[in-house]
Amino acid sequence: MRYSGFRVIKEALTGHKGWKPIWRNPDPQPAYDYIIVGGGGHGLATAYYLANTFKKARIAVLEKSWLGSGNIGRNTTIIRSNYMLPGNEPFYEFSMKLWENLEQEFNFNAMVSQRGILNLCHTDAQRDAFRRRGNAMIFAGADAELLDREGVRAMYPWLNFDNARFPIKGGLLQRRAGTARHDGVAWGYARGADRAGVDLIQNCEVTGFRIEGGKLRGVETSRGYIAANKVGVAVAGSSGRVMAQAGMRLPIESHVLQAFVSEGLKPTIDGVITFGAGHFYVSQSDKGGLVFGGDIDGYNSYAQRGNMAVIEDVAQGGMALMPAIGRARLLRVWGGIMDMSMDGSPIIDKTPVEGLYLNAGWCYGGFKATPASGYTFAHLLATDTPHDTAKAYRLDRFERGYPIDEKGMGATPNLH
Amino acid sequence: MLIPHPLLGLRDSEEFSYLGDATLLERPDGMAADAPQRFYEYQHLRDNPAGVHRELWFHEQGDRSWLVVTRNTVTHEILGAELARDVKLAMAKGGAA
Amino acid sequence: MTRLSGGLIDRNRSLNFTFDGKSYTGHAGDTLASALLANDVRLMGRGFKYHRPRGVFTAGSEEPNALVELRAGNRQEPNTRATVAELFEGLDARSQNHVGSLGFDLLAVNDLMSPFFAAGFYYKTFMWPKAFWEKLYEPMIRRAAGLGSLSMQADPDSYDAGFLHCDLLVIGGGAAGLAAALTAARTGARVILADEDFRLGGRLLAESAPLDRPAAEWIAEVEAEFASLPNLRVMRRTTVWGAFDHGIYGAVERVSDHLPTPGKRVRQSLWRITAKRAILAAGATERHIPFANNDRPGVMMAGAMRAYANRWAVSPAKRVAIFTNNDDGHRTAADLAAKGVEIAAVVDSRPDAPARGSYRTIAGGMVTDSKGRLGLAKVEVTQNGRAEWIDCGALGVSGGWNPNLHIASHHRGRPVWNEAAQAFLAEDGNVAGLSIAGAAAGKGSTAQALASGAQAAVAALADIGISAHLPDLPRAEDEALNLKPLWHVPGKGRAWVDFQNDVTVKDVKLAYVENLRPVEHLKRWTTLGMATDQGKTSNVTAIAVMAELTGQSINQTGTTIFRPPYTPVSMSVLGGGDTGAHFRPRRLTPTHEWAKSQGAVFVEVGQWMRAQYFPRKGETEWRQTVDREVLATRAGVGICDVTTLGKVDVQGADAGEFLDRVYANAMKSLKVGMVRYGLMLREDGFAWDDGTCARLAEDQYVVTTTTANAGTIYKHMEFCRQCLWPELDVQLISTTDAWAQMSVAGPHARKLLERVVDGFDISNEGFPFMACANLTVCGGLRARLFRISFSGELAYEIAVPARYGNALMARMLQVGADLGATPYGTETLGVLRIEKGHAAGNELNGQTTAQMLGMGKMVSTKKDSIGAVLSRREGMVADRRVLVGFQPVNAADPVMAGAHLFAEGAAQDTANDQGWITSACYSPHVGSAIGLGYLVNGDSRKGEVVVAANPLQGQSVRVRVVSAHFVDPEGGRVRD
Repeated sequence: MRYSGFRVIKEALTGHKGWKPIWRNPDPQPAYDYIIVGGGGHGLATAYYLANTFKKARIAVLEKSWLGSGNIGRNTTIIRSNYMLPGNEPFYEFSMKLWENLEQEFNFNAMVSQRGILNLCHTDAQRDAFRRRGNAMIFAGADAELLDREGVRAMYPWLNFDNARFPIKGGLLQRRAGTARHDGVAWGYARGADRAGVDLIQNCEVTGFRIEGGKLRGVETSRGYIAANKVGVAVAGSSGRVMAQAGMRLPIESHVLQAFVSEGLKPTIDGVITFGAGHFYVSQSDKGGLVFGGDIDGYNSYAQRGNMAVIEDVAQGGMALMPAIGRARLLRVWGGIMDMSMDGSPIIDKTPVEGLYLNAGWCYGGFKATPASGYTFAHLLATDTPHDTAKAYRLDRFERGYPIDEKGMGATPNLH
Repeated sequence: MLIPHPLLGLRDSEEFSYLGDATLLERPDGMAADAPQRFYEYQHLRDNPAGVHRELWFHEQGDRSWLVVTRNTVTHEILGAELARDVKLAMAKGGAA
Repeated sequence: MTRLSGGLIDRNRSLNFTFDGKSYTGHAGDTLASALLANDVRLMGRGFKYHRPRGVFTAGSEEPNALVELRAGNRQEPNTRATVAELFEGLDARSQNHVGSLGFDLLAVNDLMSPFFAAGFYYKTFMWPKAFWEKLYEPMIRRAAGLGSLSMQADPDSYDAGFLHCDLLVIGGGAAGLAAALTAARTGARVILADEDFRLGGRLLAESAPLDRPAAEWIAEVEAEFASLPNLRVMRRTTVWGAFDHGIYGAVERVSDHLPTPGKRVRQSLWRITAKRAILAAGATERHIPFANNDRPGVMMAGAMRAYANRWAVSPAKRVAIFTNNDDGHRTAADLAAKGVEIAAVVDSRPDAPARGSYRTIAGGMVTDSKGRLGLAKVEVTQNGRAEWIDCGALGVSGGWNPNLHIASHHRGRPVWNEAAQAFLAEDGNVAGLSIAGAAAGKGSTAQALASGAQAAVAALADIGISAHLPDLPRAEDEALNLKPLWHVPGKGRAWVDFQNDVTVKDVKLAYVENLRPVEHLKRWTTLGMATDQGKTSNVTAIAVMAELTGQSINQTGTTIFRPPYTPVSMSVLGGGDTGAHFRPRRLTPTHEWAKSQGAVFVEVGQWMRAQYFPRKGETEWRQTVDREVLATRAGVGICDVTTLGKVDVQGADAGEFLDRVYANAMKSLKVGMVRYGLMLREDGFAWDDGTCARLAEDQYVVTTTTANAGTIYKHMEFCRQCLWPELDVQLISTTDAWAQMSVAGPHARKLLERVVDGFDISNEGFPFMACANLTVCGGLRARLFRISFSGELAYEIAVPARYGNALMARMLQVGADLGATPYGTETLGVLRIEKGHAAGNELNGQTTAQMLGMGKMVSTKKDSIGAVLSRREGMVADRRVLVGFQPVNAADPVMAGAHLFAEGAAQDTANDQGWITSACYSPHVGSAIGLGYLVNGDSRKGEVVVAANPLQGQSVRVRVVSAHFVDPEGGRVRD
């Protein structure tokens, strides 16, 4: 069923009797050509492109819970391509271009909204680093603008310009950045994959890999054994757990990141704003909630919940930067498991097991990467060669000394 | 979280900073022939368990002790804390990490 | 409506307030909601999506409908629940989310369009033409969405944050909580009782006769005893909003929200309560039964209707009806009837409904529709297929009670459906150390609540070794609900499940049809339970409706997880007052007072405030000042406070061995009395930090770090000492704040220092470049002197105990006046080091290698040191970018840090990128802008012209590759 304004009107006038399931609930087949482990954003996008762009068939997505239950369902919805390093920026700009055409492509309104992201700077050194980054963005075909203090004030006059511990000196603005409705992205890809014949199998947990002679044969699941030629794993915070079943240790730690939403408010914050002297970033959803976040809690965790110190830290940052939101109320705080890699950048690569592929290490930045991650992972699965924009995301880069370390924090996952 | 400091009793985890897996105590010998491979693994690869995890915390806003804390990463329950120095000295004497 | 008799309001104290600009009067003890009802105001808001008229639905913090903007100006507070807003003199509230007046909302047209606004409709449309989403559709949706509005002015009130510790925290001050607190506090244990209400008692205040004696009397007695117990802290107006690890609970105390303004007090306090044990006695929330058009003002929870009558002496109408599936609804009828309210009927869906009073009971009946434009006028009741309309101004709905177990599920333990209780229940221990009592545990009768509260306290205290005894508790009602489930009334009209987000039974059915059946999909597709009440009045009902559709049990259908906070918490109080200039502490250098007296301009450097430059009269531009400071230093002598550089004192027999392992270069071989430049790598082989290492004695070194890394490097050194090599005899202490350290640089530096040093030979021979010593200055003050240079000039750093910083600075400038002694700040420090080609933070950004810094050879291969092995990885060795200097070909051109470097004529894209400018400044020494930067093969490209491209600012400048040492490349000056 194709969605359209016409269809909505027709159904409205005929009592909504004609809507069909958004996707099927198939039982698993005994064998597939491709199995994607993980029905989160990246897994669903991978299946979508594998079927629709790379024209592959016999594809299944195995999800241990409900579709979209990963970090795609609990993030702060920011999309941007404002990276600095050549290993990253072309990839994220590719993602941005996919975002820009996504909804028409998969016939689902994921509310991609290019409201702009403004990273604030508070020191000369930060401004220097922004200049380096903004120029790198432009050289990769993205957009960037450097604002001075007055430029920032013109956009957001209610930021704290008068009584700040760390005065705002300017900011790096990417106008094409913005937000998207996170669940909508998951559902759009899932529906598009389902329509292309992909089996989306919920409540199906992978419990082991069958590997013979260094080659992958299939996966053991809570719903029985399923054979496969190629298996792509895209399970974010669960990467360590899942890949351990294939005998692999990863350059990844799982950490908890908390995210926050306020009560619904009339529109006040137009774009995305990040504080440069504290851990705080914010945007306002179409529904009116201020969606914001800060730093990870900083300790290994699979608990999907965090602690109070970080909640206070984030609120302090928010209040220091924008005292005008003080009378808004926090409605809900939640936690997700982040696959924090050793250099803060992801991995999209083959593994030492033939037929087993890995997509992991997204840290807390996986949402914006969803389209490109899916596309390039599908490319790798379909062609066995890395996509041009994802060539740097190799698993062996740590061993060989090619880290992609945007923050320059070294092999300490909780500092990225 | 509250961390049971072996010398100071229960202390708020905000007084500490976190480093990571306690296998970081087991730094390889940099002059050994297989040093490149062992350092790569030491510095980068993690078990990253969902469950009991031995990990390093530094009492930065306190007595500047490094601790090995045993904590469950699923429940956050803390099962014990030792001075990292003691753990390392015991390892040197042939004890387990 | 006039007031009913009785109640807990103070009729002697009248309070004036306004709602939507109209003046009303209420009484002390009222909430805004009860006072509005007492003034016959039923219409209090508009729905989120359809903008239908809405009135108060509950009497507590779960309220979904009666949300108002409270107060005005910079204290405007959107989405305030009228049901918990305590009335005060002059209270000013406005309804929200309407265009035009509350009574005539233009957006109510949405209601006519409602068929188009079914669950998830926006995912299916607004995609064409593409550009219209951001230009038209989305702005329209954003304007229509949201509830109240912020003033966007800074919050003028103060807040604070504090810590509390106790043996037992009791959450909730109703029957169970009071019994628990009483039991526990009598043992002498440290107890905190926190209750969100402004009056203790919980449901005891809402019932007519819960005890065998007047409840208010018993509560007063308990409160009197509480007041006599110093080990008990009673916190009224305090919401425990979250359970965190290891017995830590977040709470907000609303200190002044019941006052017109806080005056000198804080408005709210954030508490972090650490409790050995806690009891959740948060009561229960009534649930409703969806029927067609059940959202009109006047339709409310039956228990709320009873609370308004008994506690606040008000009824929403003179004639009311009740719709119930259990005995509790009859209680409301009885209580209201006793107060003279006419009971039109009790519609009881149970065929065997008891006839309880003199009112009409319609057994086996259901309310199937309602009428009334801005408030309820009549309800349609269907019994055995026969419908009749019954006039009533209000309808109390009772569908049973949902335990308030939210906090018990904050650690993600899932509540389990209990068939007998017809409710989700949580287990003790889902949050470690937390047990549940009273209605929160499904023990809903007053007698059960009292008993379970006391028992929970005895058990919790026994757990921590305190023995407690059950107190004598009053006899209390102990009636069962006799509930027969009814989750919604079948029918065609729209029946609301979630009032605030306008989710109807039809929407749940649509989610079912579209296969969005898992509870999380249901929630996200329909937005059910995502409004400010977090689904307190809707989630369980929706789950039950979905269960009915799928044919699964409620337990199989599952539940979503409750997340903190229990009720919404203001951003201001979460910030706890650490806002504005108080966001982070300020560290002041030991010469701060002196610098201030000299009119220095300060700059934030991490937590430090450092003197940035020292403007003099007549200097109008910062550059004039900095150029003067630079030239004065290079021509005479300049003095700068460099205290902020980290200092670590390293002592012990193995100090040299230790430093050999920590630094990439050798330190053990350093002679006593000498200093060496030191480079530290991270274990992953990248350059981390640099500084100097001075050997003051055989077993004592003092090392310095960069300002930014002072804490990190000290921590790392402690890691090395304790975790890697505890067998070494070495001790560390950070002395960054203990010593005031000043750089004295310039050709006259020695001459100046000779005037403060006490009889110590600092001649070039006696104290050569890179020498160090303990000595005294100014007639006996102990000091350390290091002959090191960051500027390329003859230079020293002198350190004295921090408290002498201001004095030494003043003294040096005084005795050096004839030498041109000039104080300089961080700007000049930066220019001097760029001119000399010294790396600083912009070069040591964590992404660069020793090789890139031109220091590859410093990484010793003869010893094992941190980072040495991984620094030799293939990719790092292959990185040919090297630090060099740049000078514009056209001297007037700017050089900007952050510009990227390209070969002349090359396309400017990622593939051709050859490096970037790291630092740049105007060099008064060179007479043009200069820069440092990393360039591929830069060391062999001296003289070549490359392009420094900065398209971000529309600049592209031709620059010549030069040595990074713009000043004295041979290094003669530092050795003179």
